[in-house]
Amino acid sequence: MEQASYILSQVINGLQLGAVYALIALGYTMVYGILRLINFAHGDIFMLGAFIAYFLLSRFGMPIYLVFLATMAVTALAGYLMEKIAYKPLRNAPKISLLITAVGVSLFLEYFCSLKAVFTPDYIAFPRPFEVETYNFSLGGLEFSFTNIQVLIFAITFSALVLLYLLIYRTKQGKAMRAVSYDRETAALMGINIDNTVSLTFMVGAALAGMGGILYAMAYPQINVFMGIMPGIKSFIAAVLGGIGIIHGAVIGGLIVGTSEVIVSAFLSSTYRDGVIFIILLIVLLVKPSGIFGKRIDKV
Amino acid sequence: MKTMLCILTVLCLLICTGGNTLAKETVKIGLITPLTGDVKTYGESVKNAFNIAVEEYEKRGRYRIQVIIADDRNDATEGANAALKLITQDRVSAIVGPVTSKVAIPVSDIANQHKVPMITGTATSPKVTYSDKKRKPYVFRACFIDPFQGIVAANFALKDLKAKTAAILYDVSNDYSKGLAENFRTTFTNGRGTIAAFESYQKDDVDFSALITKVALKKPDLIFLPDYYNKVALIARQVREKGIKSAILGGDGWDSSDLLKIGGNAIVGGYFVNHYSADRKDPVAASFIRTYKARYGVVPDTFAALAYDAAGILLKALDAAKRPQSDDIMKVLAPTKGYRGATGLIGFSRNGDAVKSAVILKVEKSGFKYVTTVNP
Repeated sequence: MEQASYILSQVINGLQLGAVYALIALGYTMVYGILRLINFAHGDIFMLGAFIAYFLLSRFGMPIYLVFLATMAVTALAGYLMEKIAYKPLRNAPKISLLITAVGVSLFLEYFCSLKAVFTPDYIAFPRPFEVETYNFSLGGLEFSFTNIQVLIFAITFSALVLLYLLIYRTKQGKAMRAVSYDRETAALMGINIDNTVSLTFMVGAALAGMGGILYAMAYPQINVFMGIMPGIKSFIAAVLGGIGIIHGAVIGGLIVGTSEVIVSAFLSSTYRDGVIFIILLIVLLVKPSGIFGKRIDKV
Repeated sequence: MKTMLCILTVLCLLICTGGNTLAKETVKIGLITPLTGDVKTYGESVKNAFNIAVEEYEKRGRYRIQVIIADDRNDATEGANAALKLITQDRVSAIVGPVTSKVAIPVSDIANQHKVPMITGTATSPKVTYSDKKRKPYVFRACFIDPFQGIVAANFALKDLKAKTAAILYDVSNDYSKGLAENFRTTFTNGRGTIAAFESYQKDDVDFSALITKVALKKPDLIFLPDYYNKVALIARQVREKGIKSAILGGDGWDSSDLLKIGGNAIVGGYFVNHYSADRKDPVAASFIRTYKARYGVVPDTFAALAYDAAGILLKALDAAKRPQSDDIMKVLAPTKGYRGATGLIGFSRNGDAVKSAVILKVEKSGFKYVTTVNP
């Protein structure tokens, strides 16, 4: 029984990490769905979110719900600008140019932010807006515990997912997004404004990444300008695993990647952790490149 | 012929005396230290203390010192590049630093190859002065080494904290962390302690939940965290949040004002091995602490004190050397014995490592408190 409790608490640890990956993976997947572009700068938007929240909390002492709204607004703006400045001029260029540009944007954001006058390259302690509390449960001999931060992460991730579904399947804008992702030229012929739709997709994706940044910084309260790299790559793997371009695939992929990471650290060694995650990526690419939920047509 | 000789003698005299009275000769000294990045408080302390040492020297020394400071960002590649630039472009006579072992190891190889004397205040890994079974004759340090630090920590855990079981969490990509972890493990098991968990993580990890849940299951008396303050503070918080009450112990990497800032209450009550305590009663230490405090408003930490000593030893050797150049400095530096520094009496062993005592400090809300001294 003790072993079962142990496994359960490790799975909860993994789901906490996975939920944040899921938020970032959503942005990867949405952008890919619409532009067939893997936006490598997405992990840096995540970092941006953490830093903006840090400034709002430490300088202005904003209440936490306002921090979330303001941070998401700023990262959405960053996503908008990124698309307009870096990707839009290349919309009809070969795919590879876009990909290289994305790597460039990512490096630019990292090193620009690491300037002394911007965020500095230092490690900064993230001020939590509330203290961590642990709730213990016992269910038929199984013992496990939740922290308030874990509850917050799960609640926010799943409400974000629901809202995203409503946006995509219940609104006119969502319909436009789906249309553009099926066939950009035809959608344009039908009178859909492609530019606005692409911008909206970037903004929603960036807002989600910003939110992920805040949650990540609250769970692991230390931030630096390079903090987005590894979560960015892991989330990308999550998006591929779930089937890139598919909304719920990104979420499930994120949860799987997060959980496997923790399980590998818990039962093997953390030295193998990243290796195992990349092996998952290789297996997916070799066996089923379209991912777990691939070949379905509910693309964004 | 006679007139020629006369002129020559006069010229010689002119040059010699001119060198001494009109303007002192300038000697370039490089300082490699992390001024940004994950351990920037180390770098700032080192820079401040180094400047004090140089200023004090210039009042009475033979040379004027031109200081060239390079930021290594606690990155081995960055440090190696800085060292090459200092040696080949700036042509420094000697290097002080780097601060951390992982940067000091590659830099010490470069300095040794180019025959430029290097002295680090704080890099404690044995590999800095000695690797591949060879002594690097141009490299010295003003601190003790990891095996000693690991032994001191393990003995303190066994005897003073009465710990029977210990868990060790260390950074597998960091020579300092790994060295300390292994030496602690050996001494602790030899002293009939049990290592309940020996777990590694990686440099950029922030999520330790898996490891900590694993450790919680074993309920060890003690958790040993041999890493730099940033990581230690983060791990300590997650340890306490998981409800683990074990004592926490660590090495000299803890010594930073940021440890309490990031770690908060989670780190209070922890112990660590250190090179010196600001509470030390000693005229050299007192005068250094006074100057430092007057200038920078804070009590100097270990990094500052050791950098002050490292620079002091080097500058003293520079003064005694025939010419301010590599071999001459090295020959004077090597037999240093009984140098009175802010961290105590320093002498070099055959390997250029300082032989000196260690202290144990306790983390309290208001700062670090002296607990005990351990002699080698």
